[in-house]
Amino acid sequence: MLKDITLGQFFPGNSVIHRLDPRTKLIVLIVYIVALFLAQSWISYGLLFLFLAVAIKVSTIPLKTIVRGLKPLVMILIFTGVLNLFFTKEGPTLVSFWGLSITLGGVQRALLMMARILMLITCTFLLTYTTSPIALTDGLESLMGPLKKIKVPVHELSMMMCIALRFIPTLIEETDKIMNAQKARGADFENGSLMDRAKALIPILVPLFVSAFRRADELATAMECRCYQGGEGRTKMKLLRYHRNDLAAFTIGAVLMAGVLALGSFGL
Amino acid sequence: MEPILEIKNLNYVYSAGTPFEHKALENVSFRVNRGEFIGIIGHTGSGKSTLMQQLNGLLKPSSGSVILDGQDIWSDKKLTRQARFRVGLVFQYPEYQLFEETVYRDIAFGPKNMGLSQEEVDRRVREAAACVGLTEKQLEVSPFDLSGGQKRRVAIAGVIAMEPEVLILDEPTAGLDPMGRAEILGNIEAYRKSRNATVMMVSHSMEDVARLTDRLLVMNGSHLVMDGTPAEVFVHAQELLDMGLNIPQVTQVFLHLKQMGLDVPNVYTIDQAVDVLKRLKGGAAVC
Repeated sequence: MLKDITLGQFFPGNSVIHRLDPRTKLIVLIVYIVALFLAQSWISYGLLFLFLAVAIKVSTIPLKTIVRGLKPLVMILIFTGVLNLFFTKEGPTLVSFWGLSITLGGVQRALLMMARILMLITCTFLLTYTTSPIALTDGLESLMGPLKKIKVPVHELSMMMCIALRFIPTLIEETDKIMNAQKARGADFENGSLMDRAKALIPILVPLFVSAFRRADELATAMECRCYQGGEGRTKMKLLRYHRNDLAAFTIGAVLMAGVLALGSFGL
Repeated sequence: MEPILEIKNLNYVYSAGTPFEHKALENVSFRVNRGEFIGIIGHTGSGKSTLMQQLNGLLKPSSGSVILDGQDIWSDKKLTRQARFRVGLVFQYPEYQLFEETVYRDIAFGPKNMGLSQEEVDRRVREAAACVGLTEKQLEVSPFDLSGGQKRRVAIAGVIAMEPEVLILDEPTAGLDPMGRAEILGNIEAYRKSRNATVMMVSHSMEDVARLTDRLLVMNGSHLVMDGTPAEVFVHAQELLDMGLNIPQVTQVFLHLKQMGLDVPNVYTIDQAVDVLKRLKGGAAVC
């Protein structure tokens, strides 16, 4: 069950996408998401989908992994689909029952919205799957650099994010261990009423919190031992640099955006 | 005699179908008899911990079977659940699983899950606590106020209170001081004797396993590579060293003596060494 959570997980690899500068990936991701919201027609969606499919293929991340990551979102997808299906009144009515009617426009809209959510999540997954947390926060810190001028604690924010991302897998592993230990003492997480199951979480949550606090404490001590004191005067061993591939990625992103805008201006 | 546990052609693959796919166990087979004290040794990542989780049904084998008292634990859901109680598993650093407000309630967690009566739970908690040397007074304090060694004993008592026929421990003495180690090992031995239980213990201390166990299982690279008495296993000193394991120091000393031309048998505990030395001193003028 916990193995399905792949958020923030990084799959090491050496594909073109893995090697891109994290800033490039972040910017292209933002461009892609904006394009996704601008797209109005099936043709533009097709174009965006094609881009995503190629990107997944190139990244060498198995499709299975991505599908597994999407599993927890099934409820949200169904909810969005159903809402849009019944509450959009456009075009000819297809069926109506119990005072509700489904229109052709509703069907189209529901499908488009679901496709939008799916693609939105998948492209963000692609970013975290192919970018190590450290590279990701480095990229964010560099992109948010200008905000330092207006006293935003950019370095601290990115360090916090880095630590948070880094600890997701650790805490999942820890939870798994504690769950196993309690299962070995006969704890049952799968059966019983909702109340029973909620109660069954106590033997997991208490040790998990205790250990999370302990870890935070140890980490803080370890950081202080190495004289960490925030971003002031701190230099980097690995400086981020754009390469030729990044230029190509930016170009592809720009062309994609232009394509979606052009299609939109033709009303497609 | 009918074995209490029988492991047949066990295979286990982690994260099958992902880039992290990893074979943790390959074709492992062995039998465990009632009352045996078995030591499991192996390099980190050799599959010891995975093997232990197979024995009480926490992990389902990719193929092969785990037979407890004549029945495959995966043939029926009820049997799987029963296996959890009949085969008690103490994980590494078990003190991190404590969660209740008092030591008493934490130890009672396992027996309560078994659906036992109030009196039976009470009896078991008190017996288990006594077995690991916890006082009545300590039963009423919060487990988080205890010292590391005491927490560890509470956690072990939590498993012992289920009165498992097979008790499996993953490095029960890791990170403890010499006194704490001796106490915990003594508690385990006491439990085994009082219930005629089977004990399986993963350990990195060759001295401990040589002294305590009747039989050793050696894991290497997800295979079971040796299975025999400590005497039989420690004869293969060079092979063990090649696997990144070790032999007891006293065995090393005696192997060295042998190489130097002294006629001594292979020895693997201090007591044996003392016997041999006494005999040598009385009999010949070698020393």
